[in-house]
Amino acid sequence: MTTTYPGVDEASPGSRTPLLSVRDLRVTFGRRGQTGFRAVDGVSFDISPGEVIGLVGESGSGKSVTSMAIMGLLPTRGVRVEGEALYDGRNLLDLSQRELCRVRGSQLAMVFQDPMSSLNPVVTVGTQVTEVLHAHQKLSRADAKAEAIDLLRRCGIPDPGRRFGEYPHQLSGGMRQRALIATALACKPKLLICDEPTTALDVTIQAQVLELLAELVSSLGTAMVMITHDLGVVAGLCDRVNVMYAGRIVEQAPRRELFAHPRHRYTEGLLNSIPRLDGDRDEPLHPIPGTPRDTIGWEKACAFAPRCRHATDECLRPDLELRQLAPHHDVRCVHPAGAASSGATGGASAAGRSPEPPKERS
Amino acid sequence: MTQLPQDAAGVTPTERPPALAAAMAGGVETDEGGTSLWTAALKRLVRNPSAIVGAVIVAAFLIVALLAPVLAPYRPSTTEWANQVTPSRLPAFSPQHPLGLDPFGSDLLTQLIYGARQSLIIGVVSTVLGLLGGALLGILAGAFGGWVDTLVMRLVDILLSIPSLLLAVSVAAIVGRRPESLMIAIAAAQVPVFARLLRGSMLKQRGQDYVLAATSLGLRRRSVVMGHVFPNSLGPVIVQATLILATAIIEVAALSYLGMGSPDPTVAEWGRMLVKAQERLESYPHLTILPGLCIAVTALGFTLLGEALREALDPKTRK
Repeated sequence: MTTTYPGVDEASPGSRTPLLSVRDLRVTFGRRGQTGFRAVDGVSFDISPGEVIGLVGESGSGKSVTSMAIMGLLPTRGVRVEGEALYDGRNLLDLSQRELCRVRGSQLAMVFQDPMSSLNPVVTVGTQVTEVLHAHQKLSRADAKAEAIDLLRRCGIPDPGRRFGEYPHQLSGGMRQRALIATALACKPKLLICDEPTTALDVTIQAQVLELLAELVSSLGTAMVMITHDLGVVAGLCDRVNVMYAGRIVEQAPRRELFAHPRHRYTEGLLNSIPRLDGDRDEPLHPIPGTPRDTIGWEKACAFAPRCRHATDECLRPDLELRQLAPHHDVRCVHPAGAASSGATGGASAAGRSPEPPKERS
Repeated sequence: MTQLPQDAAGVTPTERPPALAAAMAGGVETDEGGTSLWTAALKRLVRNPSAIVGAVIVAAFLIVALLAPVLAPYRPSTTEWANQVTPSRLPAFSPQHPLGLDPFGSDLLTQLIYGARQSLIIGVVSTVLGLLGGALLGILAGAFGGWVDTLVMRLVDILLSIPSLLLAVSVAAIVGRRPESLMIAIAAAQVPVFARLLRGSMLKQRGQDYVLAATSLGLRRRSVVMGHVFPNSLGPVIVQATLILATAIIEVAALSYLGMGSPDPTVAEWGRMLVKAQERLESYPHLTILPGLCIAVTALGFTLLGEALREALDPKTRK
């Protein structure tokens, strides 16, 4: 089914007015008065209508918190959300609960990771679809039921008429994820956020669900943010990819560009860590050393520096900027890959700073 | 293979062995419609022997209580045989009075049967009242959280710190001796129990993924709470209601033993029968034992059923 996105690599992402424009999003967890933990630290990206973008990163990089902040799903206590998420001229982060209720489900929707727990066990599948329809549209009971059955059918659920009256525990995992997708797409939202929608599924079902998502999104003209740690998902689905590390975007590039020429050392490491089918079977794997906890705050240095093979003293610059290395290809790195010569120009400005020696991590 | 019907052969692109084709045509056996968690729980329930015992006792109690006018040999509280009773002796068992007479000259069997009716009415009504009141407070606390939660739960804590029988006696004293005072008193003692249980259950459900998912779909808070959180929180409350029915029946007896029962002295109540019998405890122990046994067995029935229900609904005890 591979949907083709004509001229994605050429088209300038900013040429059309973006559907959602996230600007300098910051999310801090912690009590008032205390220095909290900043899970998302100045994330900015745009999504054009109908576009599919990927948000990639390992656990704890802030991908899910970014999506929850956009949807207004974070608890109000103990969390501070700053920045902007402009949708249709309004900042989603400023909306009241009432306004949020109107936008959620009808304009923005979300598919969650675990289909086992994201459906209410005591309510029938059909009711869970129709209640979304009733919440946002004036429909008679019969119309809503017909619509819901049609939705379930389009989401690839066989015998939707019977499934309509069944409870979630009677459905298989893949089927439940399809039902969940049906609830999310019930009111044809403009933007769908998928938070690792396939992690809880079998590999074969994963492919089916991704295929289904791509199909539905392109037929409805819905834009999609695909949050994942699986680069395979990104490769098959996304027009553009944002790679996150420690709460910041470290690389933004169109899909082909990213896979062909990863520039950030973290992206490079991620791609190298995937074992190759045609590789030598005895060749050891190439993991990225360390864990995401081995980090320095962005305010002091590149957060990835402690795990980076190419780190030098120059990486200890506070608040590294995203630099445009190629058209639509921004990288937050002092020594980007594939640019051994140009790396010196980046480091030149830092030379005068007399950086401190790199901190030893214990 | 040639025996295959024409249409089947035409439909299947590759010819299948007849057995396989037949199996495919038959399809997979599926039960029609949805089996809810409750249906599944019911299936587990009927496999549990103590549930059966409990259910039989409860059913017997219900039948006796509901069909009292049919089953009882006489009208309740007729004291027409009072002349046969003397302070020192009661007439022996007879075919007319299989369990004999009580000290006031009424038929004991009739009194026991009508006592069941009284226990059932007061027990059920008070439990329903307590459940409603408790559910209201519990939903208030569980759905809103914050200071509403704190306020309601501290109130509940205060009520819970008073022994339930004492609370019921106080409420009965405040309400005064009226037919419904027993129900109100017992219900009042149950409200805090249900409130705390439902609140805890709702708090647990509120953190579940499906609540987040429902919120993300733009459902209003009211419909999320009432349509998703509340139904999922009901399991433990229903179990508790069954168990509390047993307690309520004992409390009905206790309160009427203490003289808080119906102001009409002719209404048959197991607790009051105990009062009447205690003066003759040594000479005619059956007057005490029979109503006592009725109270104990009925309470046991509800307890067995409630415990079994809890096991059936609790995913941890599923086999």
